[in-house]
Amino acid sequence: MSAVTAGRSSRGVVDLVFRARELSIVAALAVLVAVTAGVNGNFLSGQGMKDIFLNASILVLLAVGQSVVVITRNIDLSAGSVVGLVAFTTGDFLAADHGRGVVFAVVLGVAIGALCGLVNGLLVSFGRVPALVVTLGTLYVIQGLDHLIAHGRQINAVDLPPALLALGNGTVLGVPYLPVIAVVVMLAVGYYLRSYASGRDFYAIGSSPEAAGLAGIPVRRRVMGAYLFSGALAGLAGVLWLSRFGTVVADAANGWELQVVSAVVVGGVAITGGVGTVYGAALGALLLTTITSALVVLKVNPFWQQAITGALLLLAISVDRLLALRVARVLRRRNARHGS
Amino acid sequence: MSEPGRGEAPLGSPPEQAPPVLALAGVSKAFGAVRALREVSLQLFAGEAHALAGENGAGKSTLVKTLAGVHRPDTGQVLLDGEPVEFHNPADAQQAGVAVIYQEPTMFPDLSVAENIFIGRQPRAALRRIDRATMHARATELFTRLGVALDPEQPARGLSIADQQLVEIAKALSRDARVLVMDEPTAALSGNEVARLFNVVKALREQGCAVLFISHRLDEIFELCQRVTTLRDGGWIASEPVAGLTHDDLIRRMVGRDLDTLYPKQETTVGEVALRVGRLTREGVFTDVSFEVRRGEIVALAGLVGAGRSEVARAIFGVDRWDAGTVEVNGRRLPAASPTAAMAAGLALVPEDRRQQGLVMDQSIERNIGLTGLKTLRRGPVISRAAERDRARDWAIRLQLKFNRLSDAVNVLSGGNQQKVVLGKWLSTRPEVLIIDEPTRGIDVGTKAEVHRLLSQLAADGLAVLMISSDLPEVLGMADRVLVMQEGRLVAEIPRDRATEESVMTAATGRAS
Repeated sequence: MSAVTAGRSSRGVVDLVFRARELSIVAALAVLVAVTAGVNGNFLSGQGMKDIFLNASILVLLAVGQSVVVITRNIDLSAGSVVGLVAFTTGDFLAADHGRGVVFAVVLGVAIGALCGLVNGLLVSFGRVPALVVTLGTLYVIQGLDHLIAHGRQINAVDLPPALLALGNGTVLGVPYLPVIAVVVMLAVGYYLRSYASGRDFYAIGSSPEAAGLAGIPVRRRVMGAYLFSGALAGLAGVLWLSRFGTVVADAANGWELQVVSAVVVGGVAITGGVGTVYGAALGALLLTTITSALVVLKVNPFWQQAITGALLLLAISVDRLLALRVARVLRRRNARHGS
Repeated sequence: MSEPGRGEAPLGSPPEQAPPVLALAGVSKAFGAVRALREVSLQLFAGEAHALAGENGAGKSTLVKTLAGVHRPDTGQVLLDGEPVEFHNPADAQQAGVAVIYQEPTMFPDLSVAENIFIGRQPRAALRRIDRATMHARATELFTRLGVALDPEQPARGLSIADQQLVEIAKALSRDARVLVMDEPTAALSGNEVARLFNVVKALREQGCAVLFISHRLDEIFELCQRVTTLRDGGWIASEPVAGLTHDDLIRRMVGRDLDTLYPKQETTVGEVALRVGRLTREGVFTDVSFEVRRGEIVALAGLVGAGRSEVARAIFGVDRWDAGTVEVNGRRLPAASPTAAMAAGLALVPEDRRQQGLVMDQSIERNIGLTGLKTLRRGPVISRAAERDRARDWAIRLQLKFNRLSDAVNVLSGGNQQKVVLGKWLSTRPEVLIIDEPTRGIDVGTKAEVHRLLSQLAADGLAVLMISSDLPEVLGMADRVLVMQEGRLVAEIPRDRATEESVMTAATGRAS
């Protein structure tokens, strides 16, 4: 029982809020920012920081939605396509008539996203098709739908109501709206996942789907809910994408799903489910965005951006695997000593 | 404490008492062609510990899952306080006060111990938030009641089986369960842990809980339970008070025939050493395991679940790496971690879990049997279907396999016939040493006797057989020698004439039973 007492003393507020993974990402961020700023002072200028946070916000939102799905031992590859579809359709909708309100556009975008999530969720939880296949399929279907609707057209910023563009580029008390929205969503979801019974169900399902069923957890309903939520957040991200960039073509956010999954995994959410926090995933998204910006500032060939993202992903997964093996070995020894 | 079950009423139910808390009436359940339960009835009264006895494959687990709401009966009823109920899912059964502790504990390794206990029913604070402080306090309180020191905040990953079982019991306690079903809870426990578990169960029973207890250790049934219901081949055999029964009575009800016909052991002449294992060690799993198996001999490897028996077999065959020691087949040393070399040397391993490890379930009988000898089935670069079919037919006849067509997928066969396909698959490699892990798990009694006859015949023909089995009568009935493992070490070697249920269990548990 010595492990018990040791565990108890080392456990504290810091441990609960920021666990090892989150801390190491923060450290990596600090080093990255320090080095880049050392080379080019402009990196830490107000505008530079603002750009990073604006760019990171959409990825953070997507990463938060993706985390909920990944925690249940599933995956949502259609997130990027949903962003593209929502950005274009809501843009089209608003451009048609300037009288249409921004709030209504947000609601519409979230609804379209939620509908996509519903399809994914139904196929995965009730159709019992593996998530990878389902969402790979919907990725292409939604992308196709987007191209069909766009038909080669493009949404231009001048066609959009100023209120929407203000959402993407305006500030409240000097802080841009986008990061505020992302942080509020992240904190709310993080709190829900930790402090509500239905939130804990997601972890239980990802930790052991069979045991979750035997424990009376409504597994299919929860998985369904995770996809619905991830879709809705992707919808919100789509509207924010539109408001940030103004100009949108049909293949907006193409390929983002892989960035999102990378951010989530780098942020410590186990791809096998049951482990991780949305805070980690959000930090992962911030780290990936910062790396991209830093490399631009450092005038590194863009090829390296992708290579570094990939290397980081491999590092994150290797660290997880090594830790798991070490823990398994320690436990094996302990059980062998004490009998099982 | 009154003694329920003294009455003369049918099914051994006690006279004039409240209706049973939970009962099954004429329940049948089939999975495809396999009839797992046939017209089974069972009554559980408040305050009794009721044993469920039966061989592997008798339908005990199906019955447990029916009570738990996992399976729904095809015909018949589940009765709660005398009223028919339908459990559509495990949540319904839990709502009704039925708590089940499965053979394999069902933990969430990534969640804390307290969360494992309270998942779905966490104490709530304002705004329906989880009240962690109360949750941990209540978990601690439960552990105090159980007399164990577990940290509620510790993650469940890495708990020993015994501790996991305690967490499951705490979960049942926290639900104020009226019925506690325990499917072989003692299989992986040591002596002290069993004693601790029994104290808890007795206390629960005295508080008015009904306990359904499943164990292969007959002593435990006699120690803990007042009544016993016996199942055989999915059918109900008897429900009766334990007092007045002997071990032999119970075995006869479970087996339904004399042990001699079930374990047809032939006398054989023992030849030279075929398999020699020297100080084999896999760190943290098993240590210094040394033994030999001679031609014509059946050697049983006995021990509790988790003692490391299957792991030794896997290492010998090269599935897992070993850290130290030697394995010799016919005097030639095998390289570590090479099943190919093991097969070439004449080893065959019939694994424990035929569905997961032994067969490709969706493929045909002939494909499965041919799998181990694809090289010998080649005509030029391609595999000859005709040769594959000939080999399969040959073995199907020799093993008396019951099938429609050799091209049928193996998943339509019964468990016993599936096991014969696995045997055929490995015997077709003409092995010199056969390692067989749980040869008759989940097989009906008739086929079981056939498998035993076959093993006995193979040994008589000069094959060296290493048999791992948790089925004690099987070990005693079939083995020339019994090796007993306990916690990763070989602790005893008992020759056939001195092997008894008692001597093997004593060695396996390290306690006097």
